[in-house]
Amino acid sequence: MREIHVNQITETIKQLCMDANYYLSEDIKNRFNEYKEKETSKLGKEILDILIENSKIAENEKMPMCQDTGMAVVFLEIGQDVHITGGNLEDAINEGVRQGYTEGYLRKSVVRDPLDRINTKDNTPAIIHYQIVPGDKIKITVAPKGFGSENMSKLKMLKPADGVEGVKRFVLETVKEAGPNPCPPIIVGVGIGGTFEKSAYLAKKALLRKIDKRNENPFYAKLEEELLDEINKLGIGPQGFGGLTTCLGVNIEVFATHIAGLPVAVNINCHATRHKEAII
Amino acid sequence: MQKRITTPLTIEKVEELKAGDSVLLTGYIYTARDAAHKRLVELLEKGEDLPFDIENQIIYYVGPTPAKEGMPIGSAGPTTSYRMDPYTPKLLDKGLKGMIGKGKRSDEVVESMKKNKAIYFAAIGGAAALTAKCVKSSELIAYEDLGAEAIRRLYVEDLPLIVVIDSNGNNYYSIGQEEYKNSLK
Repeated sequence: MREIHVNQITETIKQLCMDANYYLSEDIKNRFNEYKEKETSKLGKEILDILIENSKIAENEKMPMCQDTGMAVVFLEIGQDVHITGGNLEDAINEGVRQGYTEGYLRKSVVRDPLDRINTKDNTPAIIHYQIVPGDKIKITVAPKGFGSENMSKLKMLKPADGVEGVKRFVLETVKEAGPNPCPPIIVGVGIGGTFEKSAYLAKKALLRKIDKRNENPFYAKLEEELLDEINKLGIGPQGFGGLTTCLGVNIEVFATHIAGLPVAVNINCHATRHKEAII
Repeated sequence: MQKRITTPLTIEKVEELKAGDSVLLTGYIYTARDAAHKRLVELLEKGEDLPFDIENQIIYYVGPTPAKEGMPIGSAGPTTSYRMDPYTPKLLDKGLKGMIGKGKRSDEVVESMKKNKAIYFAAIGGAAALTAKCVKSSELIAYEDLGAEAIRRLYVEDLPLIVVIDSNGNNYYSIGQEEYKNSLK
C-alpha cells in the first residue's frame, strides 16, 4: 500500500489545468502543418496560419489559446494499492481546479445549476471520471472542454441493422450540421457500443488519444481514416469558409454492447483539444 | 484586399461591405453574450434604457479570460453566435448595426439584418490569444456580477474580421463552401 497525500493531487491538477490551456500539443501542431500544405483555399490557408501563430503566442506568453478555457474534465486512474491520505479526494480535485483557474488567469465558465445559472466564480465543480486499475500510482488527465464544440455533439441509439454504414452516416450528419459553429478544423471523438452513457464516455475518452495514433484494432483504425477522409470531402473548411481542412483527426473507442443496440456518440472538439496528463 | 472600417457604423459603411470581405476594424465595440443579452432584452421589454447607447454600435460576442496585470484583456476570441439569435432582432430594431461572432444565424436574424441594414462579422474562432493583441483598452460598462459575461467597452485596433452575412442577406459560409466545391470540379 502506497500513501499519496491529497495535496499532491491538488498541486498536480492545478498545474495540468494551466498547461493544458497554454500549450497546444505537438500532434495537433504537426497536423496543422501537414494540412497547410494540402489546403487549396487561400482563406483556409491563411486561417491555418493564424491558428498556428495563435498557438505560438499562447505558448510564449502563457496565455490561454482560446478564451473558452472549458469545463475541467478530470480522469483519474487510481492504482488499487494506493491509499489517499490527508482529506477528501473530490475536494482535493476541485481545489486543484479552483487554484489552476484562478492563478492561471483562466476563465470561470461554470454555473452552479443548469437553470438558475449562477456562476460559481472558480470553475468548479469539475467533471470527474474515476477508474480503479492495478498498481500503486495515480494517472491524472485534465481535459478542459470548450462548449462551442460540446454543444455540437450528439448521441444516437442506432439499430444493429444500421451497422458501420449507419455509424458513418451519423458521424457525417453531425459534423455537417455543426458546420462553422465549433470553429473548424475540428477533432472528432466517436464512442461506439456500451450503453447510452458509456458511449458518451467513450467519445470523450477518444479525444484524449493523440490524433496521430490510430485505434489498435485495424478495423477501427481504417474506419478512423475513412471518416477523416469523408469529413474532409464535405468542403466546410477552416472556420466554415470552404476548404479541405474541416477535420484534423477522428478517434474511435468501442465497447461491448447489448444484442438489441448500437449506441453511437459523437463528441466534437475544436483544434484546442486540450489534455495534459501526469502520473504520481 | 482588406477594407478598413471604423466605429460607429453608418448605413453607408454597412452597405459598402459584402459577404466575404476581409475587414480591419478600429474603434469602440461592446462585449455581450448569453446572460447579458437576456438582461438587455428584459430592459427593452420593460421599456427601460439600455446601459449604453446601442445606436450604430457593434456587439462582440465574447467572454474574455481575466487580464493579467498591465494588460487590457486576456484571450478574447468569439463565441458561437446562434445562442444570441432569440434576442438579436430586438437589439437590431433598437439600432444595433453590427455583430461579431462565429457560426450560423437564424432566418429571423438575417431578415432583421436586411430590414435594419446591419452586418454580421466573424472573428477567427480559436485565435483568442492573437485577437487579444488588437484590444487596446477595456472598460466595464454593466453587470459586473456576470464575471466573464459582463458588458465591456473595448477599443480595438485593426481587429481582423470577415463579413459573413451582409445587409442584403448574402451568406459567406454558403458562398465560400460553394466556391471551394466548384474549384475541385
